[in-house]
Amino acid sequence: MVALTPISRKPVSFYVPVAAAAGAVAGLFVGTANGSGFLGIIIGAITMAALAFLLTQIIKNEKIGRWGTVIAFAIIGFFMAGIPAMLIGAAFGWFFGWFSFWLYEGRYRSKIEPYLTPAQVLWHFTFRVICGSIFIFLITPILVIMPLSFNAENFFTFTPEMLSFDPDGYSLKHYRDFFTSSDWQGAVWNSIKIAPAATFLSVSFGTLAAIGLSQPHVPFRRAIMAILISPMIVPLIISAAGMYFFYSRVGLQGTYVGVVLAHAALGIPFVIITVTATLVGFDRSLTRAAANMGANPVTTFFRVQMPLILPGVISGGLFAFITSFDEVVVVLFVGSAGQKTLPWQMFIGLREQISPTILAVATMLVGISICLLTVVELLRRRSERLRGMSPG
Amino acid sequence: MSDVNNSTTALEAERAEKEYSGPMLAADGTPLKRSLNKALRRQKLSALLLIAPLLIFVMVTFIAPIADMLFRSVENQIVSDTLPRTTTALEDWDAESGEIPQASVYKALYQDIFIAQERKLHTRLGSRLNYELTGASSLFRKSGRGVDDIGEVYQDQFEDLNAFWKSGENWNEVLGSDAWLSDIKGWKENSGTPQPEFEMRDGIAEIFPQTASYYTIFADFVQNEDEDNLYEEDPWSLIYSVFYDDLTGDTASSIANYSGPGAAEIAEAAAAAPSFETVEYKTAFAEIDKDWVATPIWETIRAYSPDFTNGYFLNSVDMQKSADGPDFRPENQRIYGTLFLRTLFMSMCITLSCILLGYPIGWILANLPARTANLLMILVLLPFWTSLLVRTSAWKVMLQTQGVVNDTLVWLGVVADDSRLALINNQTGTIIAMTHILLPFMILPLYSVMKTVPPSYLRAAKSLGATNWTAFWRVYFPQSVPGIGAGSILVFILSIGYYITPEIVGGTTGTFISNRIAYHISSSLNWGLAAALGAILLAVVLGLYYAYDKIVGIDNVKLGG
Repeated sequence: MVALTPISRKPVSFYVPVAAAAGAVAGLFVGTANGSGFLGIIIGAITMAALAFLLTQIIKNEKIGRWGTVIAFAIIGFFMAGIPAMLIGAAFGWFFGWFSFWLYEGRYRSKIEPYLTPAQVLWHFTFRVICGSIFIFLITPILVIMPLSFNAENFFTFTPEMLSFDPDGYSLKHYRDFFTSSDWQGAVWNSIKIAPAATFLSVSFGTLAAIGLSQPHVPFRRAIMAILISPMIVPLIISAAGMYFFYSRVGLQGTYVGVVLAHAALGIPFVIITVTATLVGFDRSLTRAAANMGANPVTTFFRVQMPLILPGVISGGLFAFITSFDEVVVVLFVGSAGQKTLPWQMFIGLREQISPTILAVATMLVGISICLLTVVELLRRRSERLRGMSPG
Repeated sequence: MSDVNNSTTALEAERAEKEYSGPMLAADGTPLKRSLNKALRRQKLSALLLIAPLLIFVMVTFIAPIADMLFRSVENQIVSDTLPRTTTALEDWDAESGEIPQASVYKALYQDIFIAQERKLHTRLGSRLNYELTGASSLFRKSGRGVDDIGEVYQDQFEDLNAFWKSGENWNEVLGSDAWLSDIKGWKENSGTPQPEFEMRDGIAEIFPQTASYYTIFADFVQNEDEDNLYEEDPWSLIYSVFYDDLTGDTASSIANYSGPGAAEIAEAAAAAPSFETVEYKTAFAEIDKDWVATPIWETIRAYSPDFTNGYFLNSVDMQKSADGPDFRPENQRIYGTLFLRTLFMSMCITLSCILLGYPIGWILANLPARTANLLMILVLLPFWTSLLVRTSAWKVMLQTQGVVNDTLVWLGVVADDSRLALINNQTGTIIAMTHILLPFMILPLYSVMKTVPPSYLRAAKSLGATNWTAFWRVYFPQSVPGIGAGSILVFILSIGYYITPEIVGGTTGTFISNRIAYHISSSLNWGLAAALGAILLAVVLGLYYAYDKIVGIDNVKLGG
């Protein structure tokens, strides 16, 4: 985005107090951690005010000033509390160096509308900070478990060794547990056997039905759609209860086939939704053109329609796969010990004998989700590009 | 030249008018309308044919199980199946009189329980009735042990009278048909061929009607359920008591006409029977347990004797059947009302916090330049794609008393080390974890709605003199309401039926109705109640689903932005 507003340097009377206020907030936390919050506020405010003044009025060279701050803060941190504090100090230093020049040069205004009042500018940035904290809330749980999975102890929190980056504090032992435990390995194999079969069923039935549903004249379209989407809406515990009762009546409870059928039913709504969404952009005259040139419906489907809707089918399949791969409630009821899947094993681990091996498994699963997310995003952008829409 | 052409076209048109004065025709000569209709029908049919496999699949694997569950919530055949004679005899009993039932009911009860305990069904019935009346389970278990003693009174007297009555072989000689007797004697237990089916001797059923009918039940049980050789099997003590009834009952006069095998012994028994010591069934049951001579158990049996019951549903709304219709349970037994309210309340809290956290995110994603928004979108989609159990375990790890959140707070000095916050195994834990888990479902619809609101509207409002707040509240907010509606319903529907997360981080106070359903399915085995609770939850969810369909439309559900 281009600069909206011409910027100019700000007076000392503006940015030094702002820097002092920010310093006071930071000082509050460091101060309470070290005993006195009030002292922290005072020291923080004075330090930051002095720093801002020093950087902008005496050193003046931005590059030297910012690097100098980072190094100085890192050293202070190291002497206060060792390596972890050194890193925190460096981050603080980087932030305050940047912050001082950002205020001094008036860069904060360059990307917002020129007519905003100072209060609106303040709100603009407060709002950004709020949003930032919500994003942190969204992502932190996923980030926290990754380093914890390398914990050398059987603890679920950061040990002092880990915080001081002592190599002894880290180990791969939970990963080793995972790869040597027969329980976990059996669970992985069950998941690998069940999920693809369920995905295959839901994708093949679902794609056919989605093509049917996107024809121009479908009787009872709304009712059919409501039935096909219902597995996604009905609470899992109810689906699980119903399937447990019904499958025990027909002898499918506790069998591989039963679990696959149940998971396929749960995955169908995702396939239907993604494939019908792709078919909205499908040009029907292409099939007519193919028929015109002598292709039979089957050839038309595989040579013309399928390649074009393939991205939608693949992402629907990925959704169905992850549904089955992550599913635990239904398999708990419909399956028996012979179909214990990875989520089931995790569920047992969480409820009964909680062990950090779960964190190792969780970290690997996050890796898998990142891969799946990337594939789905790439497919979505490709199909939007094909349709001539901007990748949004 | 042109004249010639004109005249030819005119001629052709004239001819065409003469030939096709009827409806417009298609190329093959059928009327166009019919031809189009036919094409439309074919199109509809082919669409339906494409949908049919999936529809059948979903019907069988998903809709049928749900229907089965709904059926189970009202099904109640166990009482009338296990106690058929008692429930029939009880029909004449006047429950409101406050008196215990007449003697015939106790006799029927003896016969029912005897057969049930042989089939090991009485404990199942006991636990079923225990859901309605505490103590029924142990009452039936005790009675199952006690009924043997009742029958033995007659058995002992017959056996003392003549050792002939001791052995099963003699009974079979008397009651079995000649053809069956020769078959069974020739049958070897290990031969692999099925045991010849028992056949009653002609005429026995007229002279000894009850003995005949109960012996048939006994024979069926031994041959098909126990799979023993009937010929060598000694009869139940129940058979002796009905035999006594036959000897002293209405048909006693025709015994003299009997001339088949064992006629001498039968005549002897018929002569001795009237002087036998008899059993007062009512007293016998009173001795087993005095609950049998009180009205509650009889009221319960009677209330649950029909094949279908609303008892489970009454139970799931904290009510019970009583003499004068459905009534609320005593204050201290009401749990489901609280649980439903708690589920609703917590789902609303979760929805509300999702709106509060999701709205700013939706706004900023919709108003940032596309490139930055796409990058930030990944932060929303990554939790969405991450396994539910991974996120739940992350929260379990973070919220523990010795967990990351508490450690950080202690380090910052916000809370003291000895008063760490209880963030898990209570409602707080469930609300925090579920807000995080369901937040993407709020952000994605909000984002897609907010993206369609032109930013120029806000600028126009401000240029017309609106303050920031007015511009937002009167111009922007109303346009984003559909997004809030869609997101809220989605989050609410999902949270109201959540099971895994409350189970793991909810402890005892942070659990939902689904946890109770799971408990009834796997631990207490009260499937009917689980089904009834599930049916109520399902009704709520389907109502919301309908609202969602009306407001947003099922077709507009978007996945992953």
